[in-house]
Amino acid sequence: MTRKLPLLTEDNTPFWQGGAQGRLLIHHCADCTRLFHPPAPICPHCGSFEVAPRAVSGKGKVLSYTINHQAWRPDLIEPYVVAIVELAEQAGLRFVTNIVGLPAEAVHIDMPVRVRFEQHEDVWLPLFEKDA
Amino acid sequence: MMFDRIFEKDVAITGVGQSAVGRPVARSGMRLTLDACLEAIADAGLKRADIDGVACWPGDNNNGDAFSPVGPNALIGTLGLQVNWYGGGYEGPGPLAGIINGAMAIASGLCRHVLVFRTITEASRRKVDKNASALTNKTIGRDSSFFWQWYTPFNVLSAINLMALYTQRHFHEYGTTPEQLAQIALTCRTNAALNPKAIYRTPLSLDDYFASRMISTPLRMLDCDVHCDASTAIILSRADVAKDGPNPPIRLEAIGAALHQPWSWDQIDLTATAARDVGEMMWARTDLKPKDVGSAQLYDGFSILTMIWLEALGLCPRGESGRFVEGGHRIARDGQLPINTNGGQLSGGRTHGLGYVHEACSQLWGRAGERQIAPHHVSVVAAGGGPLGGSVLLVRD
Repeated sequence: MTRKLPLLTEDNTPFWQGGAQGRLLIHHCADCTRLFHPPAPICPHCGSFEVAPRAVSGKGKVLSYTINHQAWRPDLIEPYVVAIVELAEQAGLRFVTNIVGLPAEAVHIDMPVRVRFEQHEDVWLPLFEKDA
Repeated sequence: MMFDRIFEKDVAITGVGQSAVGRPVARSGMRLTLDACLEAIADAGLKRADIDGVACWPGDNNNGDAFSPVGPNALIGTLGLQVNWYGGGYEGPGPLAGIINGAMAIASGLCRHVLVFRTITEASRRKVDKNASALTNKTIGRDSSFFWQWYTPFNVLSAINLMALYTQRHFHEYGTTPEQLAQIALTCRTNAALNPKAIYRTPLSLDDYFASRMISTPLRMLDCDVHCDASTAIILSRADVAKDGPNPPIRLEAIGAALHQPWSWDQIDLTATAARDVGEMMWARTDLKPKDVGSAQLYDGFSILTMIWLEALGLCPRGESGRFVEGGHRIARDGQLPINTNGGQLSGGRTHGLGYVHEACSQLWGRAGERQIAPHHVSVVAAGGGPLGGSVLLVRD
């Protein structure tokens, strides 16, 4: 399934390319020790510039999900699952992704998941699969 | 939230106008805009020369997009206006941003009469390209937009995917059911039957709702608003000069425009969204209370958003919107809180924001024809979804 890929920038490249080394890189603030997303040059919590990408476990849970049935483009393979995954490291640390590797109907809220990268050109998309 | 000065009390709506609404309408976006604007100017008892400000959300994105084909730049010259201030642009608190910006321009002394308008030609565009509004078509090549780049790589190609995430979470947290959600679509359709301009007017049953195609679980085709071609215009006037017009002024009692969360579709409170901040702000700017509201025109770009607005504006307790709308009687035209009395965007057409203001004024002025509800003095309008949100409390004294 083809993907609309993001334009890589200094700020977002660690997130989109961390998967090349099998790592999910999330921005971390050295001052207040919190993680935040999306990545930016400043910590949105404490205003510190002492921020840098840090590898997280890649584990989390499904906060919400939807099964998309609509063919928005001719080359899509429906149905597919769009979800918001909350990472294990910090409450509220989350992003939109896809849940893959199991039937769409089997996905549920609070399901434990782990990251699985899918490479498209120079982007490694952090998708998630069920964590045993 | 505490405020020292409630500027909107210096501003009133004095006239409204709307073009034909259709799917499609065989008129250009500019012609639709002129139809709406000239009707509104005349309705306010004004002439073109009286208009000294123009506001629009989102304005022309410099791409001729059917989402907003006409902005202030094009309209000013076409209509021969001489303005002291004008403004458009996407970044603002949702589809009511033009109203809020225009009111600020008046209250700050820049203008006396601001023409606010919103034109949309998505129905015509989709006759040519049915995927015209897919998010992949919003940017060419790689997605560099702040707006969408965190979503399109995961094939979130319509806002419905994000609204579905909110809906599923609402179901999970509060036990809201599909049957309850369906009442928004059913109520709008019932109301649309009495609106000659509405797109869909044939009656709708719960069975029809459940037979409609699933788009992104749990949202179905009938949870989505219907694309149309239309333009709507509202005249805002300084309160002291508003009294000179032919219509009883409809005061802007309070506005809500707050965003106290990230501008993001997934970093916000998923079941309250920006609407929560908007509602808190609006009620902090008035002595009126939710119980004073006689009608509510609540954004229904997707049905779940109407539910979220009901809660965010305190019209029902948080998490209770499902039970509030159950059976549909409370939100019906003769219920305790009539909503979307022209059929909303779900059945009336996606006029996208200002259509609700037009309808609220029509009801407050008692000129809504066959769909007129019981006389009342206070109406609330709210529009937007996710991080986008704004509201205005309207009072006809």
